[in-house]
Amino acid sequence: MLSDTLIKEFQAIVGKDNVLQKEADRQSYAYDAAVLDPVIPLMAVCPSTSEELGKVVHLCHENGIPLTPRGSGTNLSGGTIPEKNGIVVLTNALNKIIEINTQDLYAVVQPGVVTAKFAAEVAKQGLFYPPDPGSMAVSTIGGNVAENAGGLRGLKYGVTKDYVMGVDFFDVTGGLVKSGSRTVKCVTGLNLSGLQVASEGTLGVFNEIVLKLVPPPAANKAMMAVFDDIDKASETVAAIIAAHIVPCTLEILDNSTIKYVEDFTKAGLPTEAQAILLIEVDGHAGQVAEEAEKVIAICKKVGAVTVQAAKDEAQRNKLWEARRAALPALARARPTTVLEDATVPRSQIPSMIRAINDIAQKHRLDVGTFGHAGDGNLHPTILCDKRDTKEFERVEKAVDEIFDVALSLKGTLSGEHGIGLAKSKWLEKETSPATLAYARALKAAVDPKGILNPGKIIGG
Amino acid sequence: MTDLHQLAVMLKQLDDQMVTCMKCGMCQAVCPVFRETLREADVTRGKIALLENLAHEMVADAAGVKEKLNKCLLCGSCQANCPSGVWIIDIFLNARIIVNTYMGLPAAKKVIFKGMLTKPALFNSLLSMGQKFQGIFTSPADDLLGSSCSKIMSPLIGDRHFLPLAKKPFRKLVSTVDTCAGQSGLKVAFFPGCVIDKMLPRVGVAVLEVLMHHSVGIFLPSGQACCGIPAISSGDGESFAKLVELNVKAFAKGDYDYLVTACGTCTATIKEIWPKFLDRFPSDVQSQVRRMADKAMDINQFLVDKVGIDTRPAATGGTRVTYHDSCHLKKSLGVADQPRTLLKANPACNFVEMNEADQCCGNGGTFNLHHYDVSKKIGDRKRENIIASGADVVTAGCPACMMQLTDVLSRYGDHIRVQHPVEIYAQGLN
Repeated sequence: MLSDTLIKEFQAIVGKDNVLQKEADRQSYAYDAAVLDPVIPLMAVCPSTSEELGKVVHLCHENGIPLTPRGSGTNLSGGTIPEKNGIVVLTNALNKIIEINTQDLYAVVQPGVVTAKFAAEVAKQGLFYPPDPGSMAVSTIGGNVAENAGGLRGLKYGVTKDYVMGVDFFDVTGGLVKSGSRTVKCVTGLNLSGLQVASEGTLGVFNEIVLKLVPPPAANKAMMAVFDDIDKASETVAAIIAAHIVPCTLEILDNSTIKYVEDFTKAGLPTEAQAILLIEVDGHAGQVAEEAEKVIAICKKVGAVTVQAAKDEAQRNKLWEARRAALPALARARPTTVLEDATVPRSQIPSMIRAINDIAQKHRLDVGTFGHAGDGNLHPTILCDKRDTKEFERVEKAVDEIFDVALSLKGTLSGEHGIGLAKSKWLEKETSPATLAYARALKAAVDPKGILNPGKIIGG
Repeated sequence: MTDLHQLAVMLKQLDDQMVTCMKCGMCQAVCPVFRETLREADVTRGKIALLENLAHEMVADAAGVKEKLNKCLLCGSCQANCPSGVWIIDIFLNARIIVNTYMGLPAAKKVIFKGMLTKPALFNSLLSMGQKFQGIFTSPADDLLGSSCSKIMSPLIGDRHFLPLAKKPFRKLVSTVDTCAGQSGLKVAFFPGCVIDKMLPRVGVAVLEVLMHHSVGIFLPSGQACCGIPAISSGDGESFAKLVELNVKAFAKGDYDYLVTACGTCTATIKEIWPKFLDRFPSDVQSQVRRMADKAMDINQFLVDKVGIDTRPAATGGTRVTYHDSCHLKKSLGVADQPRTLLKANPACNFVEMNEADQCCGNGGTFNLHHYDVSKKIGDRKRENIIASGADVVTAGCPACMMQLTDVLSRYGDHIRVQHPVEIYAQGLN
């Protein structure tokens, strides 16, 4: 329990209405999108200005109160699940786009700006912000930076980290740390912005973020290729890259996902197909036409059963429907959806998908796998009912095994969802004891009381 | 605590539906209430989490959960956008019934639902008396809109600009009708609903004009009652069932192809909500409820899809008319093109699309009464989009939205008329 005096101090900073203490409010900040047990915070506070945010951090530090920053709470690894004796700091009200600079191609935003709204504002100015995580309609830029969110365009355009030019953040005492700049080049001081990316709120609390913008591609073309053999799909991916074509999106659906999607959409997908690739190239119209032609030829040469190319926007939308419907179709099949993001070098995709299916069979589980074939980031999605404790034990075992396989294939635990609480126990396995010791030493140095989103990534 | 346990047991019935929410949070993108308040407990994911906790006896403050549960427009935007297809409206309506059974209805609602709404004859005569005296407490606010505001400080009315009770309710103008199908070969039963009857009889008249113009037979029986949405959304399942039964009785004798309403909310309630509560009725009533639900259709959809209307090339001059998509029409019933088609069919009407046409207006029935501050903010955003469209007239296919639009436009003195698409279409026929 927080003392009345302390509650009054928080109220004095952010205003009475922005200190949420009622049971119903506290319980609604106890979870995020990860399938983990909720933890109810002592309260939630919602600062509306930078100044208020800094003071909140300072007050938490003075009193040793753990704090978990939270944007829209869409995290899939428990990064926004608070500490039992801690508070949640909401960034929703810090939602101003401070600047979109069309001459120098950057933007400055507060952490609570919603990704899709930001991308739309940037597009209105004739520019492009490429990172497109699946939750972008609600996720915040602060959350994207804290998790280093990815998306469908990762292969060609990179992920959130590739667009972070600077992060101004509050250190644990509430001091404002400035890092990075509005220039393309900047080697002034340690790369503290880089350190904040993917730090999941454990090293500082974001105040303002400077993001890189790029000119938008003038044209695009979407294609869909159907395969009766997953190896052929994978060879196709390799052949496209080998031909020096970098599609902006290169997505794969496995046989199980295709069946679920067809069951849900009745769009006429071939349910006997072992894999579907959805490929989109973008750039100048001439280059797009040429690359699309080459991609189609490669698909056919490697052995696609059918290849379709969209002739207009309507057809493009139709082709993408299968991919868009993947998660909704899987999510509707069973009550609980465990969405993983084990990532492997792209050549290992067939081995990974085969291993996932073996694991599913061994543990008698329904799994559909889809994901970003171009960058090896797969989403094995386990369909279950968390209320069935025996089944859920099998799910947990299966997840363990999926990670083991991903690591044995020289992959990584998480491509884009973050480590959070869910995967911290595996961190040492992928890295080394020294890696963890280094990270913990760093954390202890900048956050001696351990109040910045404790327990995430490095445990403790 | 025993009582909380009973409440939990009842809520557990909804567990199979609630567990399908994967807490992805995508509902935050479309919830009109969340957009204003930015509070997780105001959005669907938060509400479902709270109900689950209540069902698992993890909450002590049931009243706090009830308060959050009621802070919802029931607009269905989240359900239409939910990746895992959670039956959100089912969960919320049932939860409201359960929580209400446990905690009781507020006294005022008890009087209105149990004492008045379920007794249509009494309700009508009380409102008729109210009409005669309303001038004492209210004064006209906007002639164009026909709105009023309160002369005295009233906690119920506040600073609302509302549509006054009509001098003559629709059902006083037209008591019963029973005509044969004409050239169209179609006959409809007409369900005017409360707001058209008491406040907007001109919409009901327009509906009859249009139906007669197209030689559609009409069955308008006496003894109709409210569709039940105010009762069921306040968790009063008992009054809801009574109202449905009254309507079933009123329409039982008619032989008709479709049951049309000019109210998106009434249509959605009859078509989608009535069948969900079938087990509240005796078996002979069940088949009648289902029959009415199957036949229920929005008037715009009926005219365009079933009757067929003459379309003309889009007009460029004339009155600029825009259209607001009512949530129950677009998100529940999928009716969006048809009202626009009707508007474009009037040669004197220059149809203009507004931004965010399918964003909720913020009325939400009783939501407007309990959360007027949030309702107003949502309405203000709608108003900005209407103004930006440059329209002289804004139309909506639901009288509840028409009330909200009237309030917001009248408060600012915008002099923009609020009409039903069928009214505009009827004007074009003359």
